[in-house]
Amino acid sequence: MSWDWQVFCEDTIERQPVQGCFGKGGDITYLDWMLSAWGWTVSVALLALLLALVIGVVIGTLRTLPDRPMVVRLGNAWVELFRNIPLLVQIFLWYHVLPSMFVALQGVPGFVLVVFALGFFTSARIAEQVRSGIQALPRGQRYAGMAMGFTTFQYYRYVLLPMAFRIIIPPLTSETMNIFKNSSVAFAVSVSELTMFAMQAQEETSRGVEVYLAVTGLYIISAFAINRIMAFIEKRARIPGFVVAGGTGGH
Amino acid sequence: MKKHLLAWAVTALAASSALAQTGDTLAKIKASGSVSLGVRESSGLGYTLGNGKYVGFHTEMGEIVLSDIRKQLGLTSLEVKYQPVTSQNRIPLVQNGTVDLECGSTTNNATRQKDVSFAVTTYVEEVRIAVKANSGINGIKDLAGKNVATTTGTTSVQTLRKNERAGGIDFKEVYGKDHADSFLLLESGRADAFVMDGSILAANISKAKNPADFKIVGEVLSVEPIACMLRKDDPAFKKAVDDSIKRQIADGSLAKLYDKWFIQPIPPANVKIGLPISDATKAAWAAPNDKPMEDYVKK
Repeated sequence: MSWDWQVFCEDTIERQPVQGCFGKGGDITYLDWMLSAWGWTVSVALLALLLALVIGVVIGTLRTLPDRPMVVRLGNAWVELFRNIPLLVQIFLWYHVLPSMFVALQGVPGFVLVVFALGFFTSARIAEQVRSGIQALPRGQRYAGMAMGFTTFQYYRYVLLPMAFRIIIPPLTSETMNIFKNSSVAFAVSVSELTMFAMQAQEETSRGVEVYLAVTGLYIISAFAINRIMAFIEKRARIPGFVVAGGTGGH
Repeated sequence: MKKHLLAWAVTALAASSALAQTGDTLAKIKASGSVSLGVRESSGLGYTLGNGKYVGFHTEMGEIVLSDIRKQLGLTSLEVKYQPVTSQNRIPLVQNGTVDLECGSTTNNATRQKDVSFAVTTYVEEVRIAVKANSGINGIKDLAGKNVATTTGTTSVQTLRKNERAGGIDFKEVYGKDHADSFLLLESGRADAFVMDGSILAANISKAKNPADFKIVGEVLSVEPIACMLRKDDPAFKKAVDDSIKRQIADGSLAKLYDKWFIQPIPPANVKIGLPISDATKAAWAAPNDKPMEDYVKK
């Protein structure tokens, strides 16, 4: 199998090689296109992650509130709704079904809908992690907070959440990496991201191996960058003696 | 034409054994009493009804070609093995001898002619525009400022881009995951037009809830000759295939076949595609040739 990486330097109209690999004067090369597609992938993933973290933390916390069965049930319903429907189906519900029911949604670009779909889907998974993080704490911590005379809000704020958030950083790392990989479904609603670029460019150039290798590399770089950031946060946020240091095995 | 992800393993495997074959297909057919016909599972010119049954305009024409070859070789019976192929694996499978003759919806272009041979052109695909009948859009000029749908992973995306550049018309592209999705974009109003192969547009419209709501309009955006594909450097086999196709054109049986698959109701749903034979296809039949797509562009 012979390589032909030159294909990235060709412009996307006539497929002529371009000096320097970047198109000038309105022309775009496959390299330009791929980098812009990477931008879309990163934008979708980061915005969805932001949304997922905010909603996930709120819902996950609500699900552990004592003496509020209705709120807990609502939180449970949210989680079960969004994690039991396949992501691709959810994307289509947001893109095709909801706009036909609510006319106002018709003007909303696919990009925004995909951020919501991916954000809500991931929020359910993060909510589950936040809940289990809080419930993993010894019951005594909650009681200690109450004995201090804290209100519910206060003992969550000062005792439970700071501990729980630190415990769940490792699973949260997986979730943030997943969001990058899951963002590939955005191609289905015509967001011009990496997967769409790969499918389209391989058909146009017949250089599928090179195109898919390059795109795979970009996905790995993106997900791994997030992984490193999370690992840094995990290290800095560790409570000595409480959470076992990652990577060194138990002791 | 056509789409989608790679069958890596098949391609790699096929490519590795590609050089092992020597080409005298007629001798091979005669010796083995069987022939392998490459067919499509889902395309305008060939598709499956399930249970290993393959039908369609090009599939049936391929069967007639093979039965002509059986007569030419003086065989009393010839076993036809159907081998479904995809856009990704069709060329390696022809090269390595898994498929002797591929009659699907493969575009004859100069790049592919380096790897395989093509029989004479039997169908000329025209890229057209489908719109809602009441949209007031009559051609590519009316698309300024509109949303235009096409399917990810097709050459129509490139065609659209070239037309946008050449005509200086600014429109917004939206991409469907597959043809059904793209048509849904048009149906639901997310797109004002759907640009794709004429046969695919006609087939989707025929399957719509109300086919009269849609129409195909405007100029032909791109022309692609479709032909059966066979191994390179096997002139005797190519001549046998070409002769059979020319015979079918001359005695009108190919026109009858066209009528059967594009004008009359077809299985499985018994709806009509309703795509009259195009001038370009008529021209290809009037003077049978194996010119690649690039020769059509120059005109």
